[in-house]
This record gives sequence, structure tokens and C-alpha cells, in this order.
Amino acid sequence: MTLTFLIDALITVIGITTPILLAASGVLVVEKSGVINLGVEGMMLVGAITGFAVGFEFSDPWIGVGAAAVAGAATSMIFAVLVLSLGTNQVATGLALTIFGIGLSSLIGTNYTGFAALPFDPPFPDYLAQDPIGRVIFGHSAFVYFALILVFAIGWFLSHTRAGLVLRAVGENDFSAHSIGYPVIAIRYAAIAFGGAIAGIAGANFSMVITPLWAEQMTAGRGWIALALVVFSGWRAGRLLAGAYFFGVLMTLELYAKASGYAIMPSQFWAAMPYIIAVAVLAFISARDGRSGKEPACLGKPFLPNG
Amino acid sequence: MGNFTRRDFVKAAAAASALPILGRPAFAADPLKVAFIFLGPVGDYGWTWAHNKGRLELEKALGDKVKTTYVENVKEDASAVPILRDLARQGNKLIFATSFGYMDQVLEVAKEFPDVKFEHCTGFKRAPNVTTYNSRFHEGRAVTGTIAGHMSKSGVIGYLGSFKIPEVVMGVNAFTLAAQAVNPKIQTKLVMIDSWFDPAKETAATQTLANLGCDVIATHTDSPAPLQFCQQKGIYGFGQGADMSKFAPKAHLTAIEDIWGPHYIARAKAMLDGSWKSEDFWEGIKEGDVKISPYNPIVPKNVQEAADKIIDGYMKGTYDVFKGPIFDQSGAEKVPAGKAMSLGELATIDWYVKGVQSA
Amino acid sequence: MRLVLEKRLEQSRTMVVLTPILSVIGVMILGVIIFDAIGYDGFDAVWQLFITPVIDTYKWRDVATKAAPLILIGLGLSIGNRAKIWNIGAEGQYIVGAISAAGVAYATQEMSGFWIIPLMLIIGMAGGAAYAAIPAGLKTRYGVSEVLSSLMLVYVSVQLLSYLITGPWKDPNGMNFPQTAQLTASQLLPRELGETGLPPGLLFALVGMIIFAIIVDRTVFGFSIRAIGEAPQAARFGGFNSNRIVWAALMISGGMAGLAGTLELMQLTRLNLGYPSGYGFTAIIVSLLGRSHPFGVFVAGIVLAVTYVGGQVAQTVVHVPNATAGLFQALILFAILASDLFVRYRIKIKSSVAEIRA
Repeated sequence: MTLTFLIDALITVIGITTPILLAASGVLVVEKSGVINLGVEGMMLVGAITGFAVGFEFSDPWIGVGAAAVAGAATSMIFAVLVLSLGTNQVATGLALTIFGIGLSSLIGTNYTGFAALPFDPPFPDYLAQDPIGRVIFGHSAFVYFALILVFAIGWFLSHTRAGLVLRAVGENDFSAHSIGYPVIAIRYAAIAFGGAIAGIAGANFSMVITPLWAEQMTAGRGWIALALVVFSGWRAGRLLAGAYFFGVLMTLELYAKASGYAIMPSQFWAAMPYIIAVAVLAFISARDGRSGKEPACLGKPFLPNG
Repeated sequence: MGNFTRRDFVKAAAAASALPILGRPAFAADPLKVAFIFLGPVGDYGWTWAHNKGRLELEKALGDKVKTTYVENVKEDASAVPILRDLARQGNKLIFATSFGYMDQVLEVAKEFPDVKFEHCTGFKRAPNVTTYNSRFHEGRAVTGTIAGHMSKSGVIGYLGSFKIPEVVMGVNAFTLAAQAVNPKIQTKLVMIDSWFDPAKETAATQTLANLGCDVIATHTDSPAPLQFCQQKGIYGFGQGADMSKFAPKAHLTAIEDIWGPHYIARAKAMLDGSWKSEDFWEGIKEGDVKISPYNPIVPKNVQEAADKIIDGYMKGTYDVFKGPIFDQSGAEKVPAGKAMSLGELATIDWYVKGVQSA
Repeated sequence: MRLVLEKRLEQSRTMVVLTPILSVIGVMILGVIIFDAIGYDGFDAVWQLFITPVIDTYKWRDVATKAAPLILIGLGLSIGNRAKIWNIGAEGQYIVGAISAAGVAYATQEMSGFWIIPLMLIIGMAGGAAYAAIPAGLKTRYGVSEVLSSLMLVYVSVQLLSYLITGPWKDPNGMNFPQTAQLTASQLLPRELGETGLPPGLLFALVGMIIFAIIVDRTVFGFSIRAIGEAPQAARFGGFNSNRIVWAALMISGGMAGLAGTLELMQLTRLNLGYPSGYGFTAIIVSLLGRSHPFGVFVAGIVLAVTYVGGQVAQTVVHVPNATAGLFQALILFAILASDLFVRYRIKIKSSVAEIRA
């Protein structure tokens, strides 16, 4: 078990974890504001194809990522308008958004299958990433660093800033927040847009770095894992980071076990583990706190100031 | 525009009621209508792309004697049934179903339309109007295995599989046996990712194989993602189903190309002259169903020659990678020296040869 | 002068029926424009997507086949919806129901008899109900949100399916492909009911619709469901046990999902990896579109089935990419969800400040 071996394994873990961590961070902010947007998978796919296509057309991957964020946010606005201003059911609308995103991304993507994306250079210069240690610290794509910075920023935002406190208040007790004078609907719009943008970036991570190509439904269900992850983390940013890497380690371990000739348990067992653990965590924190613990109290309920 | 649909509806109804009459070959004036159902999108640069290429070759070869249609992204569940039915009702007389998972659906619809001929790719169940056809991909694996045996410096090569089905087992076995003919000590590490398509997982699995020492990696999944990683890492890989060199010009040594054109042309011709009957086709390099794409210039001359020798051997029928002695992972002799595995045995194989390290 | 949304005292009945129709028409018009813009014959495409499945009698069979599971699951979900219990995990219960029935099939593959099919149906329903009991128990005992717990369990059920068909239940004659053996003759319901060409699932859906309509409108249980949903405090005061309602709602919807799963298994004749087709999720939308009322659910199921079938027709005839069908389905859903607004609110024009204040 040389250092190089461990470093390479760690790099695989980081690669698997990053898009899920990104998507989950966006979901966390949205859910903290009291909204449940099940359309993550759809928004990720829209971001993936937009990032790929725009980056391709403009020969600049950075413009591509920017476009992916905008596309994700725009897609989420469909959801936001329906749910916040027209009062539709969040679950149904989110599911419809997933179907929409899958369809839209496939449609746009028909002209982009079979192409390779442009190289997306890592932010740090090559000479820093020569030796193994250097590689694991400096050799990653910008997405990896962004994801880490983002989750810390979100955690700090939620617990140490006034705006974060307001967001949480909106999620816990929207009526009280409204009475104090906070614009509940506007805040939720902002949260949803943010979540959409981050989902778009997470999708672009797939199509521009991890596997630099476009293929229909290439996110292969990672959006749902992100939703599970937020539950698993008890809606706390620090645990989100730990949980995401835990998933990544589990998935990587499974691959290594298989490649080395060991099948400790059938692979489906490992694949189901994150979800089983999420349910167990839910039960645990609810048993302790009397309801789903840290779940924002208003999660999924429409805001009706006039009753 | 509205007329089109009503006319189409009437035509379909007429066709349905006139089925018994249509048993004879089509009139010289009417083109033969041939339809295809595809599992993925035609732009996938993999499995479906190759089938579509075959369809285009059919159009080119037979010109206005045929008219082809296709439906892509047909899921391998009950929803394939109405699609197959619609194609039959629309007057298609020869329908190709290009994936294993369409088996039951094809048989069901074939029963309803006895005068329409169906061909099921990689299947094994037939009917008077259902043929099965497949390609001897493992012959291509023997070629890539030979190259891998020469090019691997670490003596460990990798194979990214999807499911433990005979086609994949055959593939990894052929790959390994051919490599062992070059370097008897070579080991193959195998990972099954339980999916035909999941680019991110394919990449992670390839990284794992690379980290465990593989320096040449073959894949049995559909996306070029593994090759992209190989290029990044500076190791080698092979294209699957199509020439994928543009995704990884440095890493792509060669590719196994699926060539379906000759089969489609032959079968359409059989329809036109009335000689179509239900058979089982399993063709390979000799018949032109499997092609090896141009070698990457990195591949040394002697290795190219070794690979060419294998191709030549299959062309002439003098070479078979599955000739004994062959041992399984436990060391037991499964095929004695001098004997070759029959196609029937290969079609149901579920054991790996010695040297394959798998879970 | 301002447009103001004023909540209606009672849901507008005309709007309940009118808004979905107007939404579909609106999306159809939008569709013609979009398709023309991207290079297809817009009118033809929309015709194939929406009209052909409705007027082409040959397609009715396909619509019915797709609608039956949606209606069955939707009926079960509508009970929960009314009590504000959201069973997002119906897909998981659908899968577990099919697995349970397949288990019976596996155990009885050498046997024959008339009792096998009813047994499969019952065990299928029981399996779905049992799987739904997990979120029910978690909610009543620990207060866990059924939305989250049932959703997580869907993915667990998918993995369970994958394990069974690649392992213990793999068809020994299936060339090692991941699928179960085919159901035997005594394990299969007829594909079609007599000459009609319609699937047996539709019969179940019809009967189900009638039974549920009776339950919801005419039984005390039905009343308690509605009471708990609309006025929970009053309901509890009236003696309705909310815990029991949680169990009932979840297990009923689980059982219906299991039934749908078993019937689909009999249509497909075996389990394979393609089995999870998303009916459980689509049925959520069906139940909401149908305003959680049995008749509405029936109609909504047909409407959604039409969009599926229409998508297939548009593919084979107009060569529209199949992603587009999904896109249109989503647009219809958005439109109908949004138009719900007009059911609950009316638009009024207020002409003076005093009136707005009032």
C-alpha cells in the first residue's frame, strides 16, 4: 500500500464525490428555506448539456460553466414560479421538473453526442502537481476546490450570518418570519435560484471534466443521491461534507474490492447502503427530537400568508 | 399534414386486413420497407451508432429498392411492444431489434404478424419469422488481447465489463487468452459495473484498474469515457464498437468495430428474392462483421504484424483463440489440448479462464 | 386598476374540469410552434402526440395498458393525498409488490392450478403494503417524514430487484442474462380480455375506481381521511385516530402499488432490469391531477397514458426524438398544476384603492 496507491484511490474518491457534494449543497440551501425541489436531476442534466454545448461553441470552458449555472437557475425558476407564486404542490412540480429537464437536455443534446469536450485545465499550474502529494492537493479540477469552498461557505453563511439566520427562520417558521417583516417569498426565490445554479454547475462537472462528453441522462441518478445525502446529513453543512465523502469512499471501495477479486457482499448491497443509512439517520434524529429533527419545519408546505 | 395521418391510418388498417395476401415478395415497384429499433441514440458513437451505420450502408447498397426507418431510445421493457407493432402495421416487412432485452417483445409481436420478418440481435430464441444474429466480437478481443500482451509493461491488463453474461465472459476470456499467448504470466483484472452505460462510474472503475497496476485497459461498456482517462494517465486502451481515436488519440491503440452493413444487406436481399428463412447467424472477422480499426502509430511494427496475423488466421479459419488447453480460475482443465470450444459452449459460458482476477 | 387574486369560497367546479382541458390545448398550441421552430412538421407532430392515441382505435389498447397501473397506483395515493400523507415511494412499493409476486411464481413454477394467480395478486398487494408499512411505522413511532423515508426506500427496492435477478432468481435457461424465468401459463393473466383487446389491468382499474369512490364518499373511513386532511384538530377532537389513518393511508397505497406491480409483471412475463418504469412517480402526478378523487384519477391516468403513447407514435411516424415526449408531458403537467390556481382563486379587477383594502 504505497503512498501513490492511496493518493490515486483518494483522487478517485474525490472525483466521484464532488458532483454529488455540489448538488447536495444546493439542495441544502433550498431545503433550509423550507422548499423541497425534487427536480435536481433535471436541473443537473440541463446544466450538463448547457455547459458542454456553450463551452464547445465558444471554445471556452469557463463560459460554459457560467452558462450551466445560468441554465440551472433558469430551469429552477420554472419550479419557483409555479410553487411560490402559483402555489402548486412542491412534490408534483419537482417531479415534473425532473421529467422536463431530462427531456430538454436530451433534445438539445442530440446535436452534441459523439463530441469530446474541450480540456478544462486545472486552476493550479502543472509544476505544483508533479509528485503524489502535490497531485492530491493541487491537481484537481476547479470544480473540486469550488465544491469544498462552497460547502464551507454555506455552512458559515447559515450559522454565522444574519442573512443565513433569516433563511433558516423562513424555513422553520415562515409565518413568524413574515410577521417580523421578512420577504418570505423573495427569499425562497433566491434560495431556489441558488440551488438551481449549483445543480447546473454539478451537472457541468460531469460533462466537462469527469467524462468530457455528452450522453443522455449521463448523471445516472446522482441527483437523487444528493437528495438522500441532505437527509443523511441532518441538514447540516459539516455533516454534508462528511456524508458525501463517506458515499464516495463506499462507492470506490466497492470498485476496488471487485477489481481485486473480492466480493464481500453483492454490489447491490453497497449501492443500497447510502439510502438505508439515510433512513436510519432519519429515524435516529427524529426519535431524539420528536419530529424529523433538524428538518426545516416548513419543508414542503406552501407559504400562505393570508391563510 | 392532417391528410398524412389519415392516409397513414387507412393504409395501416388496409395493411392489417390484407395480411394474408402479402405473403409473396413485394412487387417490383414497391420498395421493401425495413425498420430498426435501437436501444440508445444514434449519436452515441458506440453500439447504436454502429447499427445505424449498417442501416445507412443498406440504403446505399440497395438504393430505391429499400426504404428504411428507425426508432431510437427504445427501452427494453413492455413499451417496445407497441413500437414494434406500429412498425409492422406501417408496412415494414423486415424489422431488426438491436438488443438482447427485446427478446420477449419481438417474439410476441412476431406471433401477431406472421408475414413480417424479425431479426433479433444477440438473442437466442427463434420462430418461423424470427431470426437471431450476432457478431463474434470475441475474435476482435483476441486481436486486442494480442496487442495488450505486447504493449503491457506491468504484466497486468484491465477489463471493464458490464454484466456477467456470456458475451462479456467470452470477451474477457478471449482477451486474456490472446494476451497470455504473448506473455504467459499476464493477469487480467476485471470489474463489472452492472450497467451498460454510466460514464462517471466507468471512469471511476477505470481509475481503479489503473491504480491497481493495469496499463492497458479494454472496455465492454458503451461510452468513450474510460479512454479519456487512459489518455490523461498515459496508459493505453481500446475503442469499443467504433473507432474512438478522436476521443483519446494517444491512448487509443485500435478499436473493435461492429460492422452490421453486410448482414443487413444480405438479409434485405433475401427478402427481395424470397429466400429469407429463420436462422441463427454468428459471424465474425471472416464475414466482415468484425473489423479492427487502423492501428495507432505508437503500436510497434512487430506488434501490428502479430495482430494482423490473428486477423489473418480468423479470415482463413486457421486460428481460434479458444483452442485448448484452457484452464479455469481454479486450475481445472476445461478444454483439453487440441480441442476447440464449440460455439454452443461459448454461447452459455459462465466461467473465467485462469489469469482473470474477478470478484 | 389592479388585478387581484381573490380566494374563492368554494373550489370552482367548472374550473376543475375546464382548466386541465385548457392547459392541454394551450400546450398543444405551444407544441406546434416549438416543433416548427426546431425543424419538424409542427402540426403533424402534435397531432401524433395528442390526437392519434385518442382517435386511433388500434391505439386504445396501448393507452389502456399504460393507464391501468397509473390509475391503480393513483387511486391508492389519492387516499393519502387527502389526509396530507405523501407517499412518494409508491415506485418502491410497486417494485416490491412485483418481487413478492415473482417470489410466488418462483416457488410454484412446477405447479399448476387456478389458485396460483389469485395468490400472486394477494401476495403482491401484501408485499407492497408491507413495504409501505416501513415509512408508516417510522412516521407514527418516530415522526419521520414519509416523503423522505419512502423516497429513500425506492432506491433500496431497485437494488433488491437487481440482486434477485442477477443472483438467486436468475433464469437458469436465460444464458446468464439478468432476468427471471418467464411466468408459466398458470401464472399469467390473459393478455387481453376477450375480443376487446384491452388488458385485464383496465378492468381492475375500473373496479378499483368504483370501490374507492364508494369508500371516499360514503364510508366513515373516507370521511375521516378527508377530515384529518382538511381540519386535523377538529378531526382528532371528533375521535379520529391520526396514527391509524397514517397506517391505513400508506398501506392502502402500498397495496395498490403492489397490485399494479403484479399486473405489470404478468404483462412483461418476467422481471428484468428494465422493470422499474417510473409508474410510481408518474402516479403521484396522476393522483394530484385527478384532484385525489377516484373519477378524476381515472381520467388523469388516461390523459397521461395518452401522452406516453403519443410520444411513441410521434417517434415512429414523425421521427421526433423520444426526449420530446417527456418534455411535453412535463409541459402539460406544469400547465395543469399552474392552472389549478384558477380553481382556488378568481381574478378580480379592483378599480379603487378602497376596494383593494377591503
